[in-house]
Amino acid sequence: MTEMRRVTAIRNGTVVDHIPSGNAMQVIRILRIDTDRATPVSLVMNVPSDKLGRKDVLKIEDRELDQEDLDRLALIAPAASIAIIRNHAVAEKMKVELADDLVNIAKCSFWNCITKNDREPLPQRMRVTSRDPLQVRCYYCGRGQEIDELIENIL
Amino acid sequence: MGDIVTMDDLTNQEIVAVLDDAERLVPVAKGDVYLPLLQGKVLANMFFENSTRTRMSFETAMKRLGGSVLNFTSIGTSVAKGETLYDTMQMIDGYADVAAIRHPRQGAAQYSADAVEIPILNAGDGAGNHPTQTMLDLFTIRQAHGTLEGLNVVLVGDLRYGRTVHSLSHALVRFGAKLTLVSPSTLKMPVEIVTDLREHGSEIMETESLEDQIAGADVIYVTRIQKERFPDEDEYAKVAGIYKIEASDLSGAMKGMIVMHPLPRVDEIDPGVDSTEFARYFKQAFNGVPTRMALLCRSLGIDVPKKVN
Repeated sequence: MTEMRRVTAIRNGTVVDHIPSGNAMQVIRILRIDTDRATPVSLVMNVPSDKLGRKDVLKIEDRELDQEDLDRLALIAPAASIAIIRNHAVAEKMKVELADDLVNIAKCSFWNCITKNDREPLPQRMRVTSRDPLQVRCYYCGRGQEIDELIENIL
Repeated sequence: MGDIVTMDDLTNQEIVAVLDDAERLVPVAKGDVYLPLLQGKVLANMFFENSTRTRMSFETAMKRLGGSVLNFTSIGTSVAKGETLYDTMQMIDGYADVAAIRHPRQGAAQYSADAVEIPILNAGDGAGNHPTQTMLDLFTIRQAHGTLEGLNVVLVGDLRYGRTVHSLSHALVRFGAKLTLVSPSTLKMPVEIVTDLREHGSEIMETESLEDQIAGADVIYVTRIQKERFPDEDEYAKVAGIYKIEASDLSGAMKGMIVMHPLPRVDEIDPGVDSTEFARYFKQAFNGVPTRMALLCRSLGIDVPKKVN
């Protein structure tokens, strides 16, 4: 637990632990954590971990992640563990699980996909075709998506 | 349920069953037998992009089976006014029993299938899939060779953008075909497709030279090199006419070998080939009719009788 004390404990919010080392900034983007928010976000990078060797940890004050956030997170931190903190105590623990079908998580990156028309009302859908290595394809047009592109196109 | 968006919507068994149905429907397709299996049914031909053979053969197929057809083009309609595909398809859901859709955007057929209740037949979506073309190609190949199993098929031309060769190659490897991919280096089959094909355990060879491949081929499938795909004229000029098959080139071909082409052709196949025993492209174009008849019946849940006469 020493690494957890590198930053102040939070009163209410979420701790995202076991983020692959170097991916914390991507997690911030994929969770749409705005820089102009009123409450603190603490970031610890590259700390020793039994499970991962090295890991990043993120503490988000006054925000409880929901299932949709976890679905997003699964794309870049499939082994992350989540703790919801209420009044300084762990109120809930959650595991990230990558679904087979990613609905309204990210937009397709292919320029000629039918979903490129923003006025089309059906949801954006991606299919996970392989977990290791991670491969994701657009459900409609079938194009493979780079993970960087997915983060770029997060909804 | 009756949607056909990609060839993955049909198992090998279903493919063979549809081809068997199509074979029995040939006299109906020719107009020799009248069989109004689809009387009272309406097909919506939703063509958001130009087409000659596909649209017309769908129309003939429906009419020969006693059904009727709504023809839609996007020019001068609500689509030109900015209507979404979703809204256009909602309208069709109320007007027709089945729809064939061709659209310039990839994924449009799957999107339509999700948007409506009626079955959707993908008649080409961008550079994506064209499964009804693949079915008529398979029909033509089986008609000539009596089987789909283990054939040696040579695909020639624009393998990068040609949706017909993408769908066809996927289907052929499921039947154990050996594929030879002949194209200029700039128009090679996309890497992810070649990977998929090899994962099926199929033998895939890539080359730029057609000459050496003719003697061993059961099927030579030629595609047009599409001028509109090239960023500049010079690049197109380098590869235009690179594969021009003349009758004399086929002197070493095996007996029973067939030359196919999804048409339209420009100059990849010399008209001199038309009168040889190898030419099969016009028959292939006709085969679109019985094949699409069988697919329409399947989508509408209508059984084709075991005996047609």
